[in-house]
Amino acid sequence: MKKSEQIAGNVAGYIDDRTGAAGWAKKNLTKVFPDHWSFMLGEIALYSFIILLLSGTFLTFWFDPSQQEVVYNGAYAPLSHVSMSASYASTLHISFDVRGGLLMRQIHHWAALIFMAAIVVHLLRVFFTGAFRKPREANWLIGIGLLTLGIVEGFLGYSLPDDLLSGTGIRIAEAIIQAIPVVGSYLSFFAFGGAFPGHAFIPRIYIVHVLLLPGIFLALITVHLMLVWYQKHTQYPGPGRKETNVVGYPLMPVYMAKAGGFFFIVFGITAFLGAVASINPIWLYGPYTPGQISAGSQPDFYMGWLDGLVRMAPPLETHAFGHTISWNILIPGLIVPGILFTGMALYPFIEAWITGDKREHHLLDRPRNAPNRTAIGAMSLSFILVVLINGGNDIIATHFHLTINGIMWFTRIGIFVVPPLVFVITKRICLSLQRADREIVLHGRETGRLVMLPHGEFIEVHEELSPEKKFTLTQHEQAPTLAIPAADSNGVRNPQGIKGKLRARMSQAHATQVPTPSESEAKALEGGHH
Amino acid sequence: MSNELAGVERFEDPGLPEHKHRKADHDAIAANKAERQVAILFLLSAVGTVGTIASYIFIDTKKFIYLPILGNTNAAQLALGTGLAASLFFIGIAAVHWAKTLMPDEEVIAERHEFRSSDADRSEFVKTVKERSGAAGLGRRSLIKRSMGVALGLIGLSPLVLLRDLGPLPKNQLSTTDWSSGVRLMTDPGGRPIMPGDLEVGSVAQVLPELPAGTERTLENIGKDAVLLIRIRPEEFNLNAERLSWTYNGIIAFSKICSHMGCAVALYEQQTKHLLCPCHQSTFDVTRAAKVIFGPAARPLPQLAITVDADGYLVAKQGFTEPVGPSFWERNSA
Repeated sequence: MKKSEQIAGNVAGYIDDRTGAAGWAKKNLTKVFPDHWSFMLGEIALYSFIILLLSGTFLTFWFDPSQQEVVYNGAYAPLSHVSMSASYASTLHISFDVRGGLLMRQIHHWAALIFMAAIVVHLLRVFFTGAFRKPREANWLIGIGLLTLGIVEGFLGYSLPDDLLSGTGIRIAEAIIQAIPVVGSYLSFFAFGGAFPGHAFIPRIYIVHVLLLPGIFLALITVHLMLVWYQKHTQYPGPGRKETNVVGYPLMPVYMAKAGGFFFIVFGITAFLGAVASINPIWLYGPYTPGQISAGSQPDFYMGWLDGLVRMAPPLETHAFGHTISWNILIPGLIVPGILFTGMALYPFIEAWITGDKREHHLLDRPRNAPNRTAIGAMSLSFILVVLINGGNDIIATHFHLTINGIMWFTRIGIFVVPPLVFVITKRICLSLQRADREIVLHGRETGRLVMLPHGEFIEVHEELSPEKKFTLTQHEQAPTLAIPAADSNGVRNPQGIKGKLRARMSQAHATQVPTPSESEAKALEGGHH
Repeated sequence: MSNELAGVERFEDPGLPEHKHRKADHDAIAANKAERQVAILFLLSAVGTVGTIASYIFIDTKKFIYLPILGNTNAAQLALGTGLAASLFFIGIAAVHWAKTLMPDEEVIAERHEFRSSDADRSEFVKTVKERSGAAGLGRRSLIKRSMGVALGLIGLSPLVLLRDLGPLPKNQLSTTDWSSGVRLMTDPGGRPIMPGDLEVGSVAQVLPELPAGTERTLENIGKDAVLLIRIRPEEFNLNAERLSWTYNGIIAFSKICSHMGCAVALYEQQTKHLLCPCHQSTFDVTRAAKVIFGPAARPLPQLAITVDADGYLVAKQGFTEPVGPSFWERNSA
């Protein structure tokens, strides 16, 4: 035995004597992880979170959240001798006087954008492949929680520097709080320690941003990953892949090297962005004062959809009995987002109710094989994209020489017209893709090779698919439709009432499919002419 | 499923395809080449770290260089960042390349097991829970159950009450400003009183109320008091008699705090005489007392009645007649 092996053995022995972990570790070091590019999306989110913790800690060494007024006399000459809050001054100090400070600020901001983007794309992957189905509903809910908190955390983060842009964002947040019926003014005064902007808000959100929310993130991410570990990862369908197995590479060494390497790749790319791509140049905005604003005020992209909703809201307020209710703020700021996120969180349960499917699912769906779900996802996405366009209406208007009014009206009508249209089109595309699958399985691939038969007839040679490919295209099961409950024994029609009818109707929509081609059909065709 | 029911034969699972070995698996030369590549990648990372440290020490933080696309860039920041990026990125690439070329690439199959426990275990579990909770007497001793409910239900109130001192009560602070009869309009920036002649037709100025001597202006004041002065030709106004009397020689004053969400309504379009809020594009018509003509705002910007005092300076005729800024529950006016 080599010396190094002996040392490793001793260390392992020391730990096992005290924990009995050897058995568990032995089993889990060879744990199998399926390989697919789309499984790296969640990893990107995880790694960005680690980057955020590291770069964020660096920033806290110099950042001062205080609202105390100071006179700036740092390296950035254009703001010399300007009165500003300590938080803005310390952000300038980080940007211009701390070596690598601007780099870290930019890495932190880019990592936040990548974190949110990765969460969204990961969520889309999980949704469109049906990975949220039993037994993974809890992880879906945790994911929705992380997305929601991520939006809040990002907003609080870019509000900290107290520059003109972020102060405007806080002003809007204050207006949303203030608009809450009955308690709004009180909540606002409590949150801000008095009238807006006050001295209390930024120090308060600072501790929430650097301690409270990261702690909750850490806990949720831990549970999220433990569940992935315990329930084993889902896998895409294919030859040899079943509901009852998992095919992939063992944790040690392959997966460790790939995942560990990928962390460094994500970090490297984020650092590169931080080095070359300027982001949130707060020194150009100036310190916050409620009487000023810069044109083209834009939030980060994960807030943009919310801003777009607020921008397109109709000018509705109710004035009655000495009170005011601002529907123009409540509907886009709280009610619509509430409905969206609740619907998203409940989707796994709604789908399970519609299909009546109570089995475990570990094989992922190809999106085309779940046309209704895919169409719902595309519809929701189109809704968000339309409101996101409106969130950037001022920028789009100036860049493309359009009028803001035109874009606003286009999106105001668009949010009602585009999503249903996208639903119908997506569902049709899915069914067409199913038809194409069916065609290619039964008739083979068109090779483009024309052959003249001895008797003069021209045919195009069709190449039969490999058994692996045929299986991959036909392995999925097609959900049966739940029948509309018939009259029960007492002759009561439709005993489950409207609920049963609704369920049957939705189940019908959900089960619209092109029949999966089968071996028997292929055999029947072989006899004939094609 | 429907297919099985119909008794149709499905395409069979041919099983995991045969493993194709990589060149490095059997060719020692290819394997050595891969090893060298991995080593070079790791060394590139080391070069990146050395570069990072060198640029930290040697590059002057004030030095700017011009680069295509990037424009004028701080040299130290760029060198630090690219060095750091390289040191991280190449470690990652090296590890992945190592895994892909030299580590075993044969797929492994592991079995899954249904999570559901056996029926026996499940009923045993229910039985245990019932037994144990029975031992605690929760079902029998309803006095304990109810009093515990009261205690646990109330305990959440303490932290809520303790948060009360986060801020003062709003009182009438959302409804009042520092404007009142006779208060002078002071330029911002500058803080000088302003005469009607200082403002040309077509121009705009931000003003704040003159505060009593010894009072320091805070951001909270500005957040309520900021007023925009606009001068147009008097005949262009389309106002009722009362509102017209609130203007002076074509000068009209509005709260600059948006009636929608409180942003500063700072964009004035001189030709159309529209005020636009850059946050959510609410647009107000200056000639019609800031009537909302587009966007989500539901109310006009409050108008401030102005006149001139004995010295010829612009002053407020009276305070705002309605609260400025975004709406709130207690707000009592249409």
